[in-house]
Amino acid sequence: MASGGCVIRFGKNLNEWDVVKNIRLIARLDIKGPNLIKGIHLEGLRVIGSPSEHALRYYLQGVDELIYMDCVASLYGRNHLGDIVSSAAKDIFVPMTVGGGIRSVEDATQILRAGADKVAVNTAAVANPLLIAEIARRFGSQCMVLSIEAKQVGPERWEVYTENGRERTSLDVIEWVKRGVSMGAGEVLLTSVDREGTRKGFDTALVKAVTAEVSVPVIASGGMGKPKDLLEVVCNGGADAVAMADILHYKRAEIGEIRAAAEAAGLGVRHYERT
Amino acid sequence: MSAPEVVVIDYGVGNLLSVQRGFEHCGAKVTLTADPEYILAAKRVVLPGVGAFGNAMQALEQLCLVKVIRELALRQTPLLGICLGMQLLLDESEEFAVTAGLGLIPGRVIQVPKETMLGESQKIPHIGWSSLQPLGCPDSWRKTLLQDICPGESTYFVHSFMAVPTNPIHRIAECEYGGHLIAATIGRDRITGCQFHPEKSGEVGLKILRQFIIQ
Repeated sequence: MASGGCVIRFGKNLNEWDVVKNIRLIARLDIKGPNLIKGIHLEGLRVIGSPSEHALRYYLQGVDELIYMDCVASLYGRNHLGDIVSSAAKDIFVPMTVGGGIRSVEDATQILRAGADKVAVNTAAVANPLLIAEIARRFGSQCMVLSIEAKQVGPERWEVYTENGRERTSLDVIEWVKRGVSMGAGEVLLTSVDREGTRKGFDTALVKAVTAEVSVPVIASGGMGKPKDLLEVVCNGGADAVAMADILHYKRAEIGEIRAAAEAAGLGVRHYERT
Repeated sequence: MSAPEVVVIDYGVGNLLSVQRGFEHCGAKVTLTADPEYILAAKRVVLPGVGAFGNAMQALEQLCLVKVIRELALRQTPLLGICLGMQLLLDESEEFAVTAGLGLIPGRVIQVPKETMLGESQKIPHIGWSSLQPLGCPDSWRKTLLQDICPGESTYFVHSFMAVPTNPIHRIAECEYGGHLIAATIGRDRITGCQFHPEKSGEVGLKILRQFIIQ
Protein backbone atom coordinates (compact mmCIF):
# COMPACT_ATOMS: atom_id res chain seq x y z
CA MET A 1 0.00 0.00 0.00
CA ALA A 2 1.20 3.49 -0.80
CA SER A 3 2.65 5.29 2.17
CA GLY A 4 2.80 9.01 2.74
CA GLY A 5 0.62 11.64 1.12
CA CYS A 6 -3.11 11.38 0.79
CA VAL A 7 -5.09 9.13 -1.42
CA ILE A 8 -8.36 10.64 -2.56
CA ARG A 9 -10.94 8.16 -3.70
CA PHE A 10 -12.76 10.45 -6.09
CA GLY A 11 -13.98 9.62 -9.53
CA LYS A 12 -15.53 6.22 -8.84
CA ASN A 13 -18.24 5.44 -11.30
CA LEU A 14 -21.63 4.31 -10.11
CA ASN A 15 -21.03 0.65 -10.91
CA GLU A 16 -18.17 0.44 -8.51
CA TRP A 17 -20.17 1.60 -5.55
CA ASP A 18 -21.73 -1.72 -4.71
CA VAL A 19 -18.35 -3.34 -4.21
CA VAL A 20 -17.10 -0.62 -1.93
CA LYS A 21 -18.79 -1.96 1.16
CA ASN A 22 -15.89 -1.64 3.56
CA ILE A 23 -15.05 -4.82 5.39
CA ARG A 24 -13.50 -4.75 8.83
CA LEU A 25 -10.26 -6.44 9.84
CA ILE A 26 -10.52 -7.55 13.44
CA ALA A 27 -7.86 -9.01 15.72
CA ARG A 28 -9.22 -11.64 18.06
CA LEU A 29 -7.45 -12.14 21.36
CA ASP A 30 -8.36 -15.24 23.32
CA ILE A 31 -7.38 -14.81 26.93
CA LYS A 32 -6.79 -17.26 29.73
CA GLY A 33 -5.93 -15.65 33.05
CA PRO A 34 -3.29 -13.01 32.32
CA ASN A 35 -2.19 -14.57 29.03
CA LEU A 36 -2.99 -14.30 25.36
CA ILE A 37 -3.46 -17.89 24.20
CA LYS A 38 -4.23 -19.76 21.03
CA GLY A 39 -5.66 -23.21 20.49
CA ILE A 40 -6.76 -25.44 17.65
CA HIS A 41 -10.51 -26.09 17.45
CA LEU A 42 -10.61 -23.87 20.59
CA GLU A 43 -8.64 -26.57 22.46
CA GLY A 44 -5.04 -27.33 23.38
CA LEU A 45 -4.41 -23.75 24.38
CA ARG A 46 -0.87 -22.44 23.97
CA VAL A 47 0.39 -19.32 25.68
CA ILE A 48 1.33 -16.63 23.15
CA GLY A 49 2.29 -13.78 25.46
CA SER A 50 1.01 -10.53 26.89
CA PRO A 51 -2.44 -9.43 25.70
CA SER A 52 -1.59 -5.75 26.05
CA GLU A 53 1.59 -5.94 23.97
CA HIS A 54 -0.17 -7.78 21.19
CA ALA A 55 -3.23 -5.53 21.25
CA LEU A 56 -1.07 -2.42 21.03
CA ARG A 57 0.96 -3.90 18.18
CA TYR A 58 -2.20 -4.62 16.21
CA TYR A 59 -3.57 -1.16 16.94
CA LEU A 60 -0.38 0.43 15.66
CA GLN A 61 -0.55 -1.77 12.56
CA GLY A 62 -3.98 -0.30 11.90
CA VAL A 63 -6.39 -3.01 13.03
CA ASP A 64 -10.02 -1.92 12.68
CA GLU A 65 -11.34 -3.50 15.87
CA LEU A 66 -10.36 -5.83 18.68
CA ILE A 67 -12.23 -8.78 20.13
CA TYR A 68 -11.25 -10.05 23.57
CA MET A 69 -12.52 -13.49 24.56
CA ASP A 70 -12.09 -14.89 28.02
CA CYS A 71 -11.97 -18.53 26.99
CA VAL A 72 -12.27 -20.11 30.40
CA ALA A 73 -14.83 -17.67 31.78
CA SER A 74 -17.91 -19.82 31.17
CA LEU A 75 -16.23 -22.64 33.04
CA TYR A 76 -15.67 -20.48 36.11
CA GLY A 77 -18.78 -18.41 35.67
CA ARG A 78 -17.28 -14.98 35.30
CA ASN A 79 -15.32 -12.78 32.96
CA HIS A 80 -11.90 -11.69 34.17
CA LEU A 81 -11.12 -9.27 31.40
CA GLY A 82 -12.06 -6.05 33.23
CA ASP A 83 -8.48 -5.09 34.09
CA ILE A 84 -7.08 -6.06 30.70
CA VAL A 85 -9.76 -4.08 28.88
CA SER A 86 -9.52 -1.13 31.19
CA SER A 87 -5.79 -0.78 30.65
CA ALA A 88 -6.13 -1.32 26.88
CA ALA A 89 -8.72 1.47 26.69
CA LYS A 90 -6.08 3.99 27.77
CA ASP A 91 -3.96 3.53 24.65
CA ILE A 92 -6.18 1.89 22.09
CA PHE A 93 -8.77 3.94 20.25
CA VAL A 94 -10.64 1.49 18.08
CA PRO A 95 -13.82 -0.40 18.99
CA MET A 96 -13.40 -3.26 21.43
CA THR A 97 -15.76 -6.22 21.82
CA VAL A 98 -15.47 -8.34 24.93
CA GLY A 99 -16.92 -11.79 25.45
CA GLY A 100 -16.64 -14.87 27.59
CA GLY A 101 -18.70 -15.41 30.71
CA ILE A 102 -21.09 -12.47 30.24
CA ARG A 103 -24.16 -13.85 31.99
CA SER A 104 -26.27 -10.85 32.90
CA VAL A 105 -26.96 -7.19 32.20
CA GLU A 106 -24.80 -6.44 35.26
CA ASP A 107 -21.85 -8.34 33.76
CA ALA A 108 -22.32 -6.41 30.52
CA THR A 109 -22.51 -3.11 32.41
CA GLN A 110 -19.25 -3.84 34.20
CA ILE A 111 -17.35 -4.74 31.09
CA LEU A 112 -18.69 -1.70 29.20
CA ARG A 113 -17.66 0.49 32.12
CA ALA A 114 -14.18 -0.96 31.84
CA GLY A 115 -14.00 0.41 28.30
CA ALA A 116 -15.59 -2.17 26.01
CA ASP A 117 -17.88 -0.91 23.24
CA LYS A 118 -19.76 -4.15 22.67
CA VAL A 119 -20.29 -7.40 24.50
CA ALA A 120 -20.30 -10.82 22.87
CA VAL A 121 -22.57 -13.40 24.44
CA ASN A 122 -22.76 -17.11 23.66
CA THR A 123 -23.30 -19.58 26.50
CA ALA A 124 -25.57 -17.37 28.58
CA ALA A 125 -27.68 -16.40 25.57
CA VAL A 126 -28.27 -20.05 24.74
CA ALA A 127 -29.29 -20.70 28.36
CA ASN A 128 -31.49 -17.60 28.45
CA PRO A 129 -32.25 -15.98 25.09
CA LEU A 130 -34.05 -13.12 26.87
CA LEU A 131 -30.63 -11.86 27.90
CA ILE A 132 -30.08 -10.79 24.27
CA ALA A 133 -33.18 -8.60 24.40
CA GLU A 134 -32.27 -7.20 27.81
CA ILE A 135 -28.76 -6.18 26.77
CA ALA A 136 -30.02 -4.75 23.47
CA ARG A 137 -32.74 -2.74 25.23
CA ARG A 138 -30.36 -1.40 27.85
CA PHE A 139 -27.37 -0.53 25.62
CA GLY A 140 -28.68 -0.70 22.05
CA SER A 141 -28.45 -3.49 19.50
CA GLN A 142 -25.13 -2.18 18.20
CA CYS A 143 -23.68 -3.20 21.56
CA MET A 144 -25.04 -6.74 21.62
CA VAL A 145 -22.94 -9.21 19.62
CA LEU A 146 -24.27 -12.74 19.41
CA SER A 147 -21.30 -15.08 19.52
CA ILE A 148 -21.91 -18.45 17.90
CA GLU A 149 -19.55 -21.41 17.98
CA ALA A 150 -20.55 -23.69 15.13
CA LYS A 151 -19.56 -27.27 14.31
CA GLN A 152 -20.62 -28.95 11.12
CA VAL A 153 -22.85 -31.97 11.76
CA GLY A 154 -23.97 -32.76 8.25
CA PRO A 155 -24.19 -31.34 4.74
CA GLU A 156 -25.15 -27.66 5.13
CA ARG A 157 -25.92 -28.31 8.80
CA TRP A 158 -24.13 -26.83 11.77
CA GLU A 159 -24.75 -27.20 15.49
CA VAL A 160 -24.32 -24.50 18.12
CA TYR A 161 -21.70 -25.22 20.77
CA THR A 162 -21.18 -23.39 24.05
CA GLU A 163 -18.52 -23.22 26.75
CA ASN A 164 -15.84 -22.31 24.22
CA GLY A 165 -16.60 -25.20 21.91
CA ARG A 166 -16.89 -27.83 24.63
CA GLU A 167 -20.64 -28.37 25.00
CA ARG A 168 -23.22 -29.38 22.43
CA THR A 169 -26.62 -27.71 22.49
CA SER A 170 -28.54 -29.55 19.72
CA LEU A 171 -29.49 -26.08 18.40
CA ASP A 172 -29.24 -25.55 14.66
CA VAL A 173 -27.00 -22.57 13.84
CA ILE A 174 -29.35 -21.08 11.26
CA GLU A 175 -32.41 -21.33 13.51
CA TRP A 176 -30.48 -19.90 16.43
CA VAL A 177 -28.98 -16.96 14.56
CA LYS A 178 -32.41 -15.96 13.24
CA ARG A 179 -33.83 -16.13 16.74
CA GLY A 180 -30.90 -14.19 18.23
CA VAL A 181 -31.19 -11.40 15.68
CA SER A 182 -34.96 -11.18 16.15
CA MET A 183 -34.31 -10.80 19.90
CA GLY A 184 -32.06 -7.80 19.25
CA ALA A 185 -28.52 -8.97 18.47
CA GLY A 186 -26.95 -6.24 16.34
CA GLU A 187 -24.04 -8.26 15.06
CA VAL A 188 -22.97 -11.90 14.86
CA LEU A 189 -19.53 -13.29 15.66
CA LEU A 190 -19.53 -16.62 13.86
CA THR A 191 -16.72 -18.98 14.83
CA SER A 192 -16.20 -22.23 13.01
CA VAL A 193 -14.89 -24.61 15.63
CA ASP A 194 -13.88 -26.99 12.82
CA ARG A 195 -11.62 -24.41 11.20
CA GLU A 196 -10.48 -22.50 14.27
CA GLY A 197 -6.68 -22.56 14.62
CA THR A 198 -6.23 -24.80 11.56
CA ARG A 199 -5.09 -22.15 9.04
CA LYS A 200 -7.21 -23.97 6.43
CA GLY A 201 -9.32 -20.96 5.49
CA PHE A 202 -12.78 -19.95 6.68
CA ASP A 203 -15.86 -22.17 6.53
CA THR A 204 -17.37 -20.13 3.72
CA ALA A 205 -20.44 -22.36 3.41
CA LEU A 206 -21.29 -21.71 7.06
CA VAL A 207 -20.82 -17.96 6.70
CA LYS A 208 -22.87 -17.88 3.52
CA ALA A 209 -25.69 -19.83 5.14
CA VAL A 210 -25.81 -17.29 7.98
CA THR A 211 -25.41 -14.08 5.96
CA ALA A 212 -28.23 -15.27 3.69
CA GLU A 213 -30.59 -15.36 6.66
CA VAL A 214 -29.80 -12.26 8.72
CA SER A 215 -29.57 -8.59 7.93
CA VAL A 216 -27.05 -7.66 10.64
CA PRO A 217 -23.27 -7.67 10.10
CA VAL A 218 -21.55 -11.04 10.39
CA ILE A 219 -17.95 -11.44 11.53
CA ALA A 220 -16.33 -14.61 10.18
CA SER A 221 -13.93 -16.22 12.63
CA GLY A 222 -11.77 -19.30 12.47
CA GLY A 223 -9.35 -20.55 9.86
CA MET A 224 -7.58 -17.50 8.44
CA GLY A 225 -4.22 -18.92 7.40
CA LYS A 226 -3.08 -16.42 4.78
CA PRO A 227 -4.18 -12.95 3.66
CA LYS A 228 -6.02 -14.29 0.61
CA ASP A 229 -8.30 -16.47 2.76
CA LEU A 230 -10.42 -13.45 3.55
CA LEU A 231 -11.31 -12.86 -0.10
CA GLU A 232 -13.36 -16.01 -0.39
CA VAL A 233 -15.29 -15.55 2.83
CA VAL A 234 -16.11 -11.95 1.93
CA CYS A 235 -16.86 -12.40 -1.77
CA ASN A 236 -18.60 -15.79 -1.59
CA GLY A 237 -19.64 -15.94 2.05
CA GLY A 238 -20.84 -12.35 2.36
CA ALA A 239 -18.87 -11.70 5.56
CA ASP A 240 -18.87 -8.08 6.74
CA ALA A 241 -15.77 -8.53 8.84
CA VAL A 242 -13.11 -11.11 9.52
CA ALA A 243 -11.64 -11.99 12.90
CA MET A 244 -8.04 -13.12 12.88
CA ALA A 245 -5.86 -14.65 15.56
CA ASP A 246 -3.28 -17.28 14.61
CA ILE A 247 -2.09 -15.40 11.50
CA LEU A 248 -1.38 -12.30 13.58
CA HIS A 249 -0.17 -13.89 16.82
CA TYR A 250 2.40 -16.04 15.02
CA LYS A 251 3.39 -13.03 12.89
CA ARG A 252 2.65 -14.80 9.66
CA ALA A 253 1.18 -11.56 8.31
CA GLU A 254 0.70 -7.99 9.48
CA ILE A 255 -2.54 -6.07 9.25
CA GLY A 256 -1.03 -3.87 6.54
CA GLU A 257 -0.33 -6.83 4.25
CA ILE A 258 -3.80 -8.22 4.81
CA ARG A 259 -5.36 -4.84 4.08
CA ALA A 260 -3.26 -4.54 0.93
CA ALA A 261 -4.36 -8.01 -0.24
CA ALA A 262 -8.01 -7.06 0.29
CA GLU A 263 -7.55 -3.76 -1.52
CA ALA A 264 -5.70 -5.37 -4.42
CA ALA A 265 -8.65 -7.71 -4.88
CA GLY A 266 -11.00 -4.76 -5.09
CA LEU A 267 -12.53 -5.04 -1.63
CA GLY A 268 -13.30 -1.89 0.31
CA VAL A 269 -11.26 -1.43 3.46
CA ARG A 270 -10.56 1.35 5.89
CA HIS A 271 -8.08 3.75 4.42
CA TYR A 272 -5.14 3.72 6.78
CA GLU A 273 -1.88 5.64 6.67
CA ARG A 274 0.67 4.55 9.19
CA THR A 275 1.68 7.58 11.25
CA MET B 1 0.90 25.38 31.26
CA SER B 2 -2.23 23.86 32.71
CA ALA B 3 -4.06 21.12 30.83
CA PRO B 4 -6.86 22.26 28.50
CA GLU B 5 -10.27 21.59 30.01
CA VAL B 6 -13.10 19.70 28.40
CA VAL B 7 -16.57 19.36 29.87
CA VAL B 8 -18.50 16.32 28.67
CA ILE B 9 -22.24 16.55 29.19
CA ASP B 10 -23.28 13.49 31.20
CA TYR B 11 -27.00 13.08 30.62
CA GLY B 12 -27.22 9.34 31.04
CA VAL B 13 -27.05 8.50 27.35
CA GLY B 14 -24.31 6.09 26.35
CA ASN B 15 -20.87 5.21 27.49
CA LEU B 16 -18.76 8.29 28.15
CA LEU B 17 -15.63 6.46 29.19
CA SER B 18 -14.14 6.25 25.70
CA VAL B 19 -14.71 9.94 25.04
CA GLN B 20 -13.08 10.75 28.35
CA ARG B 21 -10.12 8.44 27.70
CA GLY B 22 -9.64 9.87 24.23
CA PHE B 23 -9.43 13.45 25.45
CA GLU B 24 -7.23 12.46 28.38
CA HIS B 25 -4.88 10.73 25.99
CA CYS B 26 -4.64 14.06 24.14
CA GLY B 27 -3.67 15.80 27.36
CA ALA B 28 -6.99 17.32 28.41
CA LYS B 29 -8.54 17.51 31.84
CA VAL B 30 -12.02 16.05 31.45
CA THR B 31 -15.05 16.68 33.63
CA LEU B 32 -18.26 14.67 33.20
CA THR B 33 -21.23 16.64 34.48
CA ALA B 34 -24.88 17.56 34.01
CA ASP B 35 -24.60 20.71 36.15
CA PRO B 36 -25.96 23.64 34.08
CA GLU B 37 -23.79 26.25 35.80
CA TYR B 38 -20.66 24.22 35.33
CA ILE B 39 -21.44 23.60 31.67
CA LEU B 40 -22.19 27.28 31.01
CA ALA B 41 -18.85 28.27 32.49
CA ALA B 42 -16.91 25.69 30.47
CA LYS B 43 -14.22 26.61 27.96
CA ARG B 44 -15.36 23.86 25.62
CA VAL B 45 -18.15 21.34 25.75
CA VAL B 46 -18.76 17.90 24.26
CA LEU B 47 -22.25 16.54 23.67
CA PRO B 48 -21.92 12.77 23.30
CA GLY B 49 -24.75 10.30 22.82
CA VAL B 50 -25.80 6.85 21.74
CA GLY B 51 -29.36 5.63 21.42
CA ALA B 52 -32.65 7.18 20.45
CA PHE B 53 -33.09 10.86 19.54
CA GLY B 54 -36.35 11.30 21.47
CA ASN B 55 -34.98 9.84 24.70
CA ALA B 56 -31.89 12.01 24.46
CA MET B 57 -33.89 15.26 23.97
CA GLN B 58 -36.14 14.27 26.84
CA ALA B 59 -33.14 13.66 29.09
CA LEU B 60 -31.63 17.03 28.15
CA GLU B 61 -34.95 18.76 28.84
CA GLN B 62 -35.38 17.10 32.21
CA LEU B 63 -31.91 18.23 33.21
CA CYS B 64 -32.69 21.79 31.96
CA LEU B 65 -29.82 21.48 29.51
CA VAL B 66 -31.57 22.42 26.27
CA LYS B 67 -31.45 26.11 27.12
CA VAL B 68 -27.93 25.74 28.43
CA ILE B 69 -26.64 24.26 25.18
CA ARG B 70 -28.38 26.97 23.13
CA GLU B 71 -26.78 29.55 25.40
CA LEU B 72 -23.36 27.99 24.74
CA ALA B 73 -23.94 28.55 21.04
CA LEU B 74 -24.80 32.21 21.63
CA ARG B 75 -21.68 32.63 23.73
CA GLN B 76 -19.58 31.05 20.97
CA THR B 77 -18.29 28.36 23.31
CA PRO B 78 -16.72 25.57 21.23
CA LEU B 79 -19.18 22.68 21.16
CA LEU B 80 -18.59 19.21 19.74
CA GLY B 81 -21.50 16.83 19.19
CA ILE B 82 -20.59 13.18 18.64
CA CYS B 83 -22.82 10.64 16.89
CA LEU B 84 -26.31 11.14 18.36
CA GLY B 85 -24.90 14.30 19.95
CA MET B 86 -24.32 15.62 16.42
CA GLN B 87 -27.84 14.74 15.30
CA LEU B 88 -29.30 16.62 18.27
CA LEU B 89 -27.77 19.83 16.90
CA LEU B 90 -30.33 19.90 14.08
CA ASP B 91 -33.94 21.14 14.04
CA GLU B 92 -35.70 17.80 14.13
CA SER B 93 -35.48 14.06 13.64
CA GLU B 94 -37.77 11.54 11.98
CA GLU B 95 -36.66 8.75 14.32
CA PHE B 96 -39.96 7.18 15.53
CA ALA B 97 -42.16 10.30 15.64
CA VAL B 98 -40.83 13.65 14.43
CA THR B 99 -39.03 15.15 17.42
CA ALA B 100 -37.60 18.63 17.81
CA GLY B 101 -33.85 18.93 18.30
CA LEU B 102 -31.65 21.74 19.58
CA GLY B 103 -32.01 23.74 16.38
CA LEU B 104 -28.43 24.99 16.29
CA ILE B 105 -27.82 23.87 12.71
CA PRO B 106 -30.77 24.05 10.29
CA GLY B 107 -31.82 20.68 8.94
CA ARG B 108 -33.28 17.35 9.89
CA VAL B 109 -32.27 13.84 10.77
CA ILE B 110 -33.49 11.01 8.56
CA GLN B 111 -32.90 7.28 8.20
CA VAL B 112 -29.81 5.99 6.46
CA PRO B 113 -31.17 4.68 3.12
CA LYS B 114 -31.99 0.98 3.27
CA GLU B 115 -30.96 0.51 -0.33
CA THR B 116 -27.78 1.35 -2.19
CA MET B 117 -27.88 3.75 -5.12
CA LEU B 118 -28.16 0.66 -7.28
CA GLY B 119 -31.30 -0.44 -5.47
CA GLU B 120 -29.78 -3.36 -3.58
CA SER B 121 -30.62 -3.70 0.09
CA GLN B 122 -27.84 -2.66 2.43
CA LYS B 123 -27.19 -3.24 6.10
CA ILE B 124 -28.47 -0.80 8.68
CA PRO B 125 -26.86 0.41 10.90
CA HIS B 126 -23.94 1.63 8.88
CA ILE B 127 -21.11 0.10 10.92
CA GLY B 128 -17.47 0.42 10.07
CA TRP B 129 -14.76 2.65 8.73
CA SER B 130 -15.52 5.13 5.99
CA SER B 131 -13.42 7.67 4.16
CA LEU B 132 -13.92 11.37 4.84
CA GLN B 133 -14.19 13.67 1.83
CA PRO B 134 -14.46 17.43 1.66
CA LEU B 135 -17.31 18.92 -0.37
CA GLY B 136 -15.26 21.36 -2.33
CA CYS B 137 -11.53 21.85 -2.39
CA PRO B 138 -9.56 20.05 0.32
CA ASP B 139 -8.69 23.51 1.63
CA SER B 140 -12.20 23.79 2.99
CA TRP B 141 -11.09 21.93 6.12
CA ARG B 142 -8.76 24.73 7.18
CA LYS B 143 -9.86 26.28 10.45
CA THR B 144 -12.18 23.36 11.16
CA LEU B 145 -11.55 20.41 13.49
CA LEU B 146 -10.52 18.44 10.39
CA GLN B 147 -7.63 20.80 9.74
CA ASP B 148 -5.00 18.07 10.26
CA ILE B 149 -6.89 15.32 8.48
CA CYS B 150 -6.10 14.28 4.92
CA PRO B 151 -9.10 13.86 2.63
CA GLY B 152 -9.69 10.13 2.26
CA GLU B 153 -8.71 9.13 5.76
CA SER B 154 -11.19 6.85 7.48
CA THR B 155 -13.11 7.10 10.73
CA TYR B 156 -15.41 4.71 12.57
CA PHE B 157 -19.18 4.99 12.15
CA VAL B 158 -22.07 3.21 13.80
CA HIS B 159 -25.45 4.80 13.10
CA SER B 160 -28.89 4.20 11.60
CA PHE B 161 -29.89 7.85 11.16
CA MET B 162 -28.08 10.68 9.46
CA ALA B 163 -28.10 14.46 9.54
CA VAL B 164 -29.19 16.43 6.51
CA PRO B 165 -28.31 20.10 7.00
CA THR B 166 -30.49 22.43 4.95
CA ASN B 167 -27.60 24.62 3.97
CA PRO B 168 -24.76 22.75 2.21
CA ILE B 169 -22.33 25.24 3.69
CA HIS B 170 -22.77 23.48 7.04
CA ARG B 171 -21.56 20.17 5.60
CA ILE B 172 -17.84 19.96 6.26
CA ALA B 173 -17.15 16.34 5.35
CA GLU B 174 -19.05 13.50 3.79
CA CYS B 175 -18.66 9.77 3.64
CA GLU B 176 -20.24 7.35 1.24
CA TYR B 177 -22.43 4.39 2.11
CA GLY B 178 -23.88 2.33 -0.69
CA GLY B 179 -23.29 5.27 -3.00
CA HIS B 180 -25.21 7.71 -0.81
CA LEU B 181 -23.38 10.71 0.58
CA ILE B 182 -23.74 11.01 4.34
CA ALA B 183 -22.85 14.10 6.36
CA ALA B 184 -19.87 12.93 8.40
CA THR B 185 -18.94 16.28 9.92
CA ILE B 186 -21.11 19.36 10.12
CA GLY B 187 -20.35 22.76 11.53
CA ARG B 188 -21.54 26.28 12.08
CA ASP B 189 -19.58 28.99 13.89
CA ARG B 190 -17.96 27.30 16.89
CA ILE B 191 -20.24 24.26 16.74
CA THR B 192 -19.05 21.01 15.19
CA GLY B 193 -20.79 17.67 14.89
CA CYS B 194 -19.19 14.35 13.98
CA GLN B 195 -21.40 11.45 12.94
CA PHE B 196 -18.46 9.10 13.46
CA HIS B 197 -16.76 8.39 16.77
CA PRO B 198 -13.45 10.29 16.88
CA GLU B 199 -12.65 8.52 20.16
CA LYS B 200 -12.83 5.17 18.31
CA SER B 201 -11.17 6.25 15.07
CA GLY B 202 -7.55 5.62 15.91
CA GLU B 203 -4.95 8.35 15.42
CA VAL B 204 -7.13 10.16 12.88
CA GLY B 205 -9.84 10.58 15.50
CA LEU B 206 -7.36 11.69 18.13
CA LYS B 207 -6.16 14.46 15.80
CA ILE B 208 -9.72 15.79 15.75
CA LEU B 209 -9.95 15.69 19.54
CA ARG B 210 -6.58 17.47 19.79
CA GLN B 211 -7.76 20.18 17.43
CA PHE B 212 -10.85 20.66 19.57
CA ILE B 213 -8.89 21.17 22.79
CA ILE B 214 -6.51 23.75 21.35
CA GLN B 215 -9.24 25.97 19.98
